[in-house]
Amino acid sequence: MTPPVRATLAAGARSTDATPAKGAAAVEATDFCFWYGANQALFDLSLAFDAKAVTAIIGPSGCGKSTFLRCINRMNLLIPGTRAAGELCVEGRPVYDPAIDLVAHRLRVGMVFQRANPFPKSIFANVAYGPTLNALVSKRDMPDVVEQCLRRAALWDEVKDRLDAPATGLSGGQQQRLCIARALANSPSVLLMDEPCSALDPIATQKVEELIFELRQDFTIIIVTHNMQQAARVAQRTAFFEAGRLVEYGETDQIFTAPAKERTEAYITGRFG
Amino acid sequence: MPTTPPPDDVATSDASLALSAWGDRIFKGLLVASALAAPALLVALLWQLLSGAAPAIGAFGFSFITDSIWDPVAEKFGALPLVFGTLLTSFLALLLAVPLSLGVAIYLTEFAPERIRQPIAMVIELLAAIPSVVYGLWGIFVMIPILQSSVYPFLEANFGWLPIFQGPIYGPSVLSASLILTIMVMPFIMSVAREVLLAVPAGQREAATALGATRWEAVTTAIVPYAKSGIVGAIILGLGRALGETMAVTMLIGNRHDIAASLFAPGYSMAAVIANEFAEAGLGTLHASALTYVALILFAVTVLVNAAARLMIWRMNRGAGK
Ligand SMILES: Nc1ncnc2c1ncn2[C@@H]1O[C@H](COP(=O)(O)OP(=O)(O)OP(=O)(O)O)[C@@H](O)[C@H]1O
Ligand SMILES: [Mg+2]
Repeated sequence: MTPPVRATLAAGARSTDATPAKGAAAVEATDFCFWYGANQALFDLSLAFDAKAVTAIIGPSGCGKSTFLRCINRMNLLIPGTRAAGELCVEGRPVYDPAIDLVAHRLRVGMVFQRANPFPKSIFANVAYGPTLNALVSKRDMPDVVEQCLRRAALWDEVKDRLDAPATGLSGGQQQRLCIARALANSPSVLLMDEPCSALDPIATQKVEELIFELRQDFTIIIVTHNMQQAARVAQRTAFFEAGRLVEYGETDQIFTAPAKERTEAYITGRFG
Repeated sequence: MPTTPPPDDVATSDASLALSAWGDRIFKGLLVASALAAPALLVALLWQLLSGAAPAIGAFGFSFITDSIWDPVAEKFGALPLVFGTLLTSFLALLLAVPLSLGVAIYLTEFAPERIRQPIAMVIELLAAIPSVVYGLWGIFVMIPILQSSVYPFLEANFGWLPIFQGPIYGPSVLSASLILTIMVMPFIMSVAREVLLAVPAGQREAATALGATRWEAVTTAIVPYAKSGIVGAIILGLGRALGETMAVTMLIGNRHDIAASLFAPGYSMAAVIANEFAEAGLGTLHASALTYVALILFAVTVLVNAAARLMIWRMNRGAGK
């Protein structure tokens, strides 16, 4: 069987990828703005995210954290009437270039959502979904790839005996790790996480946090969180957003111990209003 | 002045408690009674059908379903053409209606411009509410003339090598009845399938899209599979309507007690024969009993089809862990 044209494109795009070195910018926004219809949600954002590091985005509810994350893999395009301006590059490629190959782009930029959203298929089929759809892996190699991804998501030992069982039968924390495994199966280089632990109990949260900490070795991770301890635990750098604007961005330690801006200090000490 | 003691709170609340306990009991009794009414009605109906059909069952037994002769004068009755007509028209109607309705439902929920989604959905709901005799009239005066003058000759000219498109072209025929049934069940399947698709959580679409699915792939690999059991439910609803549909089919099927290879030939259906002949069959005659026997078979077929469908949905849900 001939692989779909798109898969070859995606593979081609990947093979020419000079994955940026540790420390180089993997995602870079320059004067980036975004509108929902007439409402502007993001204002002139300029910031760069390091490759192979975890960066946290914090800020009050409605400040545009999710919006920004969804701009990076262009999920916002699913909503009619939206518009973007300015520059947003992932590994040097402009994301809002009309000529971009969206599918290849989304293969490079994986996403994990706030609520675990496994498909009502088997555990195996969930992980194999992306590689099957995009013909990234042959059928023969699929079991190996699935195992590898489940191991990386720290889920293998819990599910190895029931790969054919429905994914919806897993616990909330397991489902979220399954969603991470599913995203890893496309071997993205950037991983976006929108409050991945907000629906989990403390133990499941700890597991996912440990996982994120591990994954930073190989992936550029951008995580949105409302939990400041979580940001402090997993992220090397932290960005503070307010009302669609970037207020402060720096080393996590510095943001939490010696914020330069008054607004940041007010937010992290809970005197926000 | 002797003050009247303040009203005893405990006593009043006890009283109202007792009252509400009574109210609860009556309410519960009513609920139980209405819950039992449905199965009771079913049993009573089945009993009526069985006792009414008893003479015919005694006279013909099981061969009633395998015999083809229907002669009220000679009191010989065989229902095979009726069962065949009902199943064939319903099958053909679903064959055409299911892909069309699902296509429309998917288009309406996933691809249509936002502005036209609601209006079209409303029109579809309206179509589902039109009485079947109106569909029948429209079928006779509008649809059949068109079919007879252009569609059927076209089919015969191009697909005449198939036995199902051979022979003289009658207006009222198995194919005409199937087509009117198609038009009648489509609104049902469409509106239920649309609701089911709308109920798929946005997270499913987002998950597929984020994993590199195009819009169309998200529909076929995530949204439709998620809605699978509901879609089967929609199809069952359509099938139920097609099997039991009486008026429009009676008006368009041609009412000939016969099994023909050609779809252009007239046929008959279970519901149609009951509607046509019940008035002329005298009470207590074998003819009336045979018609009741037909009703019993129609009832059994409907129940069986529904049970099979439910089993299928249950199996599917178990597989998906829902
Ligand atoms: N689909 C949408 N259509 C219109 N406006 C939207 C949409 N989604 C978000 N917004 C608006 O954009 C702004 C930013 O929303 P966003 O969801 O990005 O906030 P957030 O920082 O993720 O908040 P939270 O912490 O509550 O998740 C809000 O004012 C919100 O009302
Ligand atoms: Mg959010």
